[in-house]
Amino acid sequence: MSILAVTSGKGGVGKTFLSANLAAALSARGERVLVLDADLGLANLDVVLNLQPKITLHDVFTGKSSLDEAILPAPGGFSVLLAGSGLVEYSRLTPQVREQLQDIIVKVAPRFDRILLDTGAGISDVVLHAISMADDVLVIATPEPTSMTDAYATIKVLALHHRRRAIRFVVNQVSAAGEGRTIRNQLQLVIDRFVAPHIESASEAIHLNLLGEIPSDPSVREAVQKRHLLLEAVPGAPASRAVGAIADRLMAGVGAGVGKPIAG
Amino acid sequence: MRPEPAISTAKPPVTPPALSLHSALQLLQQSGHALPLRESAADAVWLQAVIDGLCEISSRDPLTGLANRRQFELALASEIDRVARAGEPALVLMIDIDNFKRVNDAHGHQAGDVVLKAVAHALAECIRPMDMVARFGGEEFAMILPNCAPLFAQSVAERIRTHVSDTAIAIGAGDEISVTVSIGGAFAPQWVRSSALLWVERADQQLYRAKSEGRNVACLEQPTISLVSAEEKGLLFGTSQFQEFL
Repeated sequence: MSILAVTSGKGGVGKTFLSANLAAALSARGERVLVLDADLGLANLDVVLNLQPKITLHDVFTGKSSLDEAILPAPGGFSVLLAGSGLVEYSRLTPQVREQLQDIIVKVAPRFDRILLDTGAGISDVVLHAISMADDVLVIATPEPTSMTDAYATIKVLALHHRRRAIRFVVNQVSAAGEGRTIRNQLQLVIDRFVAPHIESASEAIHLNLLGEIPSDPSVREAVQKRHLLLEAVPGAPASRAVGAIADRLMAGVGAGVGKPIAG
Repeated sequence: MRPEPAISTAKPPVTPPALSLHSALQLLQQSGHALPLRESAADAVWLQAVIDGLCEISSRDPLTGLANRRQFELALASEIDRVARAGEPALVLMIDIDNFKRVNDAHGHQAGDVVLKAVAHALAECIRPMDMVARFGGEEFAMILPNCAPLFAQSVAERIRTHVSDTAIAIGAGDEISVTVSIGGAFAPQWVRSSALLWVERADQQLYRAKSEGRNVACLEQPTISLVSAEEKGLLFGTSQFQEFL
């Protein structure tokens, strides 16, 4: 079982879209996948998947429901664990919440091949904690300058304070083939110049590994509006095929880190 | 000594008696709310007008006409959620009249009320249509300024401070006085789930600082230093098409 955190820096760049559709693509390839709303209530995974959850993580935390009841089947053949708006009060990451989250992951781990953590936007302590529980991190950005800047800030914090050395990268909403590679190269250049010198051992290079690019595709908006998974609604759409390719590379181990880093 | 948390999460100590329709109508009449003619005992339009009128009354401060604390807290809660998701900067200002007790002691409580109204009016003159100014309690006011860029925050707060101190307040019989305010401000954390309580607490800490710096001062919490330097941005967007974002 491996845990992948999906994060973005800036919000609204397609983090939840990727988490849900990537989970569907991995399920279609035979993996048992769980998507966990690690945004603690701010994620709109339930909206994207058109679910009206009656039981959420909040009920598990408060002991009202069992974990089994809170794990819901999603349209794409995977499972989801939603935080629910009741978790608003967990805005400060107390040691208790940390323990509860950790505990839940340990409990569900044997049942799945992969857990996707849909983290919040930004680099708050909740987001960083969610990432620290993951074996690997996937950063998603768009070619928009604010998104690239925030993605860079996230990568920098992960490398300097959380000792991540391999970070997976996806560029969403590219307007031309190859744009993702160009952006990845530019980010790698800035990392090598400004982040790498702060790392003690020169042999520990920081690798930004491009998992793929997703083209700008009008069918994404249509699917979101209809609250359908793109992969189910329009399997042949360019964006669907791109997510499928990302799933293939993920399963082939492209850009994997060397296990979970030491918490720092 | 730390300032008290501004918003109490505790339940009110007493349960107010239920409002009867008769006293509701009295309330509406007192506050000058005109109601449509009641066509029948079950006139839905009339009943809606009563409800609307009561909602209006319950969201306003009767003395100053500003939004009251209840309305402010509602607006604050929705604004912080918006900022968390949209990442826009939003500023909260806590504004307190300096040495208000002296006004009351020297000129009487009626003059005190006149000062509160005049300050409320001056504050309302300072805001944009989407901003909100509320009477938070006593001589304390609060403002929400959505989409206020950090770059302009200090000058916005200064403008409010000087506008109040420049306002001459007539307190009857040819007597004019002026008062000053201390202002504390904080931005909502962007992209981060936080709470309205913490946001106001941080603005209150700045208000406390303004008071201890001698009053008639505006203190804003310094925004956290950007993680990405201009040099890094320069290399990231090496091409001219991104210059405007540097």
